[in-house]
Amino acid sequence: MVIAHIHVIDFDDENNIINKNVLLHQAGEIWHISASPADKGVLATCYNKTADGKVVTCAAVWRMPAELEPGGHESPEDAASPAHALELLCHLGPAAHGSTACVAWEPAGDGKRVISLADNHILLWDLQESSSQAVLASSASLEGKGQLKFTTGRWSPHHNCTQVATANDTAVRGWDTRTMSQIYCIESAHGQLVRDLDFNPNKQYYLASCGDDCRVKFWDTRNVTEPVKTLEEHSHWVWGVRYNHSHDQLVLTGSSDSRVILSNMVSISSEPFGHLVDDDDLSEQEERSQEPPQDSVIATYEEHEDSVYAVDWSSADPWLFASLSYDGRLVINRVPRALKYHILL
Amino acid sequence: MKNDFRKMEDEMDRLATNMAVITDFSARISATLQDRHERITKLAGVHALLRKLQFLFELPSRLTKCVELGAYGQAVRYQGRARAVLQQYQHLPSFRAIQDDCQVITARLAQQLRQRFREGGSGAPEQAECVELLLALGEPAEELCEEFLAHGRARLEEELRSLEAELGPSPPAPDVLEFTDRGGSGFVGGLCQVAAAYQELFAAQGPAGAEKLAAFARELGSRYFALVERRLAQEQGGSDNSLLVRALDRFHRRLRAPGALLAAAGLAEAATEIVERVARERLGQHLQGLQSAFLGCLTDVRQALAAPRVAGKEGPGLAELLANVASSTLGHIKASLASVHLFTAKEVSFSNKPYFRGEFCSQGVRESLIVGFIRSMCQTAQNFCESPGEKGGATPPALLLLLSRLCLDYETATISYILTLTDEQFLVQDQSPVTPVSTLCAEARETARRLLTHYVKLQGLVISQMLRKSVETRDWLGTLEPRNVRAVMKRVVEDTTAIDVQVGLLYEEGVRKAQSSDSSKRTFSVYSSSRQQGRYAPSYTPSAPMDTNLLSNIQKLFSERIDVFSPVEFNKVSVLTGIIKISLKTLLECVRLRTFGRFGLQQVQVDCHFLQLYLWRFVADEELVHLLLDEVVASAALRCPDPVPMEPSVVEVICERG
Repeated sequence: MVIAHIHVIDFDDENNIINKNVLLHQAGEIWHISASPADKGVLATCYNKTADGKVVTCAAVWRMPAELEPGGHESPEDAASPAHALELLCHLGPAAHGSTACVAWEPAGDGKRVISLADNHILLWDLQESSSQAVLASSASLEGKGQLKFTTGRWSPHHNCTQVATANDTAVRGWDTRTMSQIYCIESAHGQLVRDLDFNPNKQYYLASCGDDCRVKFWDTRNVTEPVKTLEEHSHWVWGVRYNHSHDQLVLTGSSDSRVILSNMVSISSEPFGHLVDDDDLSEQEERSQEPPQDSVIATYEEHEDSVYAVDWSSADPWLFASLSYDGRLVINRVPRALKYHILL
Repeated sequence: MKNDFRKMEDEMDRLATNMAVITDFSARISATLQDRHERITKLAGVHALLRKLQFLFELPSRLTKCVELGAYGQAVRYQGRARAVLQQYQHLPSFRAIQDDCQVITARLAQQLRQRFREGGSGAPEQAECVELLLALGEPAEELCEEFLAHGRARLEEELRSLEAELGPSPPAPDVLEFTDRGGSGFVGGLCQVAAAYQELFAAQGPAGAEKLAAFARELGSRYFALVERRLAQEQGGSDNSLLVRALDRFHRRLRAPGALLAAAGLAEAATEIVERVARERLGQHLQGLQSAFLGCLTDVRQALAAPRVAGKEGPGLAELLANVASSTLGHIKASLASVHLFTAKEVSFSNKPYFRGEFCSQGVRESLIVGFIRSMCQTAQNFCESPGEKGGATPPALLLLLSRLCLDYETATISYILTLTDEQFLVQDQSPVTPVSTLCAEARETARRLLTHYVKLQGLVISQMLRKSVETRDWLGTLEPRNVRAVMKRVVEDTTAIDVQVGLLYEEGVRKAQSSDSSKRTFSVYSSSRQQGRYAPSYTPSAPMDTNLLSNIQKLFSERIDVFSPVEFNKVSVLTGIIKISLKTLLECVRLRTFGRFGLQQVQVDCHFLQLYLWRFVADEELVHLLLDEVVASAALRCPDPVPMEPSVVEVICERG
């Protein structure tokens, strides 16, 4: 019986101290994890269950023990204290739907709606009675030749949270959750499998995708024939792409070439020319540099020794980000100070 | 002596006396004859006057006779002589009568002259004579100018029309040499004659007259040039310039004469301009010809590559195809250079114009034609890298390999050879900037590098897809005990060997790190010794992961991190290393995503051992293959809930059998 561990890591950035708590997830090994935006003690996981010589990925919603919730108080004194177990709230559906690849929470909601992607189905769930029951609200399926399987999905924070993007093989599709119908489809978004998606938090129609063709592409969903921008900085599969939550010109990508790259995509961000200044405030410095902004790689982080599978930004501090690699190394980094002041001022 | 002197003195005295007497006598004779002298003078004067009067009275009849006889010159001379006198004595009625008669006759004379002039068929010198006479008669000069020019125009327009008729669609159009000959001799000759005659006749008219002539020449000249340009424009295609150059030469030469004569009309400059334009166009056509020839070569290569192999007959090898492409391209370039060189031959009249000496050679030939062609070649090659179909279905990889080798060869030798040849044949005499050889070579090298990189990516992708499918579609939990190596691994080895052979056809071997003596016998014991003990620990207590991770991290610190996509060098070993790195990394990532049963893990072990047995000889550093394959097996072991590795000896037996 495989018991997976969830490590809750507390990072105190004033003192640069890390505290770690371990939670037991007894259902099986975890392939995907996402936290509820409303309740910091609730999370959803996709885990493998081995039954009759077959492996099926199921999804469930869990609650952490209260004393271990992040952002709390003092942590247990040493790592040898007994690990606490997660409390199962509800399962997301019978496994008959297929293997669940990903669970996504509605971003601005009250933690009551989630989407799960199982094989070629999109399932929209309502969590009722403080998340102890999951009711299937609506669903959609992808029809077509061959075995279609969703690999990842993401909920768009715009349009009143009614849009979801999914990736299957090399295509990226957009869905409307009110009608569960497809809005747009980017065929052959990448030459090979699409690994991750992210929406631009400030610009409504902009989406980033990354895949096994070692590229990161930025799309305007109103015109899906051609990407707005393509990055080819990595030399192997790109596993994660993330926009910074407040400053969308900062884009983070992690790849199996063991590198994390922080890029400055100024030209397609919501503030290509920096802050808009009133005419009164214009000083000589503003007039000096009016050239079109240049996209560039800010930094390449090579602290990992093996493939980097996940990257993300902190929701507390917009200048902090973390990356996780195969060998279990979690690296927390900051945006270089010079760039931070440049963006702020 | 005194006597002699005395004698002389006497003689002198006598002489003096005689002289005085003679003087005296002479004076007396003059006085006597004075009277007669005066009368005779008067008579002579009257006689002359009478003769003049006689002439005047006879003038009308004489004039009439002259007009009848057609001796216009004489008539005009008479008229000229008498005119002033008649003018003065107009008031005398008899003179008046004569004058009137004369005027009538003169008018008739002028009319007849004009008539003769207009008829025109009488030929230029006679016309000139007419004009001269008319001028002498006091006709207004502008009118005469106009008429003269109009007359000349009529003739020249006829010439132009006949030239134009030749341009028409009715075949067979005579070749361009004949055309320019006709134009030259007919039109230009006529123009010269007219111009020369005009200048002679109307030289006295000063700048106004010259201006008229210049305008006349300019207008007709521009029409002539338009016709010539049309004819030249029809001269499309054909890589042989000799006829064209000769025609242009004749055309240009012919216009030297009127050019000198009519400097203000700018005929010679216009002619030079036309020649320059034609030359530029020819260069453009040559460039296009070279480009299409190159594309044609590439299409041939693609067909040859795609042609199904006839059993028993080897298709053309890559090296042969490369040699063909290279030699045919070089041949085309040389042919173009030779045919363009005709424009600058010594005998050609325009070859020492500043354009041809300078700009044509440097900008036209060297820059636009040669450098332009080489750049477009590089661009065409690079376009193969950006094929939209990522699956690589569009471009055969062999073509990429061939093009990259071609560009590399160009960079090392061919570019400098071609440019040296060009510089020798076309001595550059102006200061315009030219692209140095080094820039072009750098561009060619960059193109070669890109092509080779793309080739590695494509081939790596092919093998990766195979490996990926093999891992993703197999049921690893329920698999049985492995008895042999999986077929896909054998295919991978075969494909890698085939790629190795293909690349070896065009590229040198490259440098490999010296292999250790027992590399081919490297046994599985290395896998399971010190490195992996920790990893196979089945327990998953919280402490264990830390230990194994620590161990593996320490291991990783001491081994070099593998850069999956490092820049590819121009040798076979580097290319193969790149391809194998990509494929094995894919295998690693795919393995990490599945869950393996015990026998699944053992199958992976067997497969990896097999790969390691055969792939080490292709890469620069065999440690690389060992490292990657070790990682694969280690990751598979981590993904296995109950890892029990197979005995090394059994693994070897299976691999040897398979």
